[in-house]
Amino acid sequence: MNEAQTTSLEEVFNRRIDAEEKIEPKDWMPEKYRKTHIRQISQHAHSEIVGMLPEGNWISRAPTLRRKVALLAKVQDEAGHGLYLYSAAETLGISRDELLDQLHDGTAKYSSIFNYPTLTWADIGAIGWLVDGAAIMNQVALINTSYGPYSRAMVRICKEESFHQRQGYEILMTLMKGTDEQRAMAQDALDRWWWPSLMMFGPRDDESPNTAQSMRWKLKRKSNDELRQAFVDQTVPQAELIGLRIPDPALCWNEERGHYDFGEIDWDEFRQVVQGNGPCNRERLEARRAAHRNGTWVREAALAHAAKQADRDSLRKAI
Amino acid sequence: MIMNDWPLWEVFIRSRSGLEHRHCGSLHAADAKMALENARDVYTRRNEGVSIWVVPSAQITASQPEEQAELFDPAADKAYRHPTFYVLPEEVRHM
Repeated sequence: MNEAQTTSLEEVFNRRIDAEEKIEPKDWMPEKYRKTHIRQISQHAHSEIVGMLPEGNWISRAPTLRRKVALLAKVQDEAGHGLYLYSAAETLGISRDELLDQLHDGTAKYSSIFNYPTLTWADIGAIGWLVDGAAIMNQVALINTSYGPYSRAMVRICKEESFHQRQGYEILMTLMKGTDEQRAMAQDALDRWWWPSLMMFGPRDDESPNTAQSMRWKLKRKSNDELRQAFVDQTVPQAELIGLRIPDPALCWNEERGHYDFGEIDWDEFRQVVQGNGPCNRERLEARRAAHRNGTWVREAALAHAAKQADRDSLRKAI
Repeated sequence: MIMNDWPLWEVFIRSRSGLEHRHCGSLHAADAKMALENARDVYTRRNEGVSIWVVPSAQITASQPEEQAELFDPAADKAYRHPTFYVLPEEVRHM
């Protein structure tokens, strides 16, 4: 295909995006669109899968059976969300193996938030409320993204995820109604998770080089800073309602803007964690690699079983 | 072991009796039985279905986007296939 042909295809493609048409797997798309989507959808999938680890840590130690079944269901949802997203990425011509290899060898990223440890039960509350809350904010904006399979996965995920945030908030609310020690535990969890949650929205708009292109393709519908502001505005009153204090001395309501002003994120910490130097980066990746390694025999056995059954079936038919 | 050896399956769910099976996604599984079991775990965690079909993706023959005009454009100028093409007197309210 010569350059002129590609240009005209790209013009048609851009017009479709402008007209809010969805792009489907077999449609022509610019190579960069394909690559950017593979990167973003797979990062999203990896985040769901790695995101099971910090919470999985507390399944066996949940304080009641009610909390335990809820946490189990939440972690199972995350496995499901990872699968929807891997399937969406695969429609762009990359295999599940390549995707997993990229996660395991560290070339693909996942959300840095999961590189922080879950030290107490209150952290499970903070994750549901803040981390899932921030993720929902991002994901709701992505429901209208231009790539059909990604958009459809987002619809399912958003529908399923609202319970995640509620169960987290309920955990903290319950702790805040408890003893001094329990209240201190809830506050400590918020103190540790607040800033990393704000980092989930990514670098500031003026430092986010891909934003313009992603907006053009409707792979992003709101900028990092817009989403972060919406998250702060939504979360602060929820904290106040149950007596939690946001660990940011600069936080205050700005009447003129109609939004909360808040302090500067520690971007150095953000970069360190993204680059692999967070508290749990190595542990998380090793857990993923070990799970994959330890599952090898299961994958092999399942295939051997399927082959044997198929042989038997064809033999039976032959007789 | 390569996961790709587990073929891809397309999943169709009937959400309740009286409705058709609708495509809802795909998954990898070693065989049909596993594909059904996985589809149940992945796609029906919240009472989304009363029946599941799984079909090997390789068995689906699909039309290509390039054929779109050839296949679907002919229907565009056949307005007489739609009820609004026929003009009725005002008095006939519902037909």
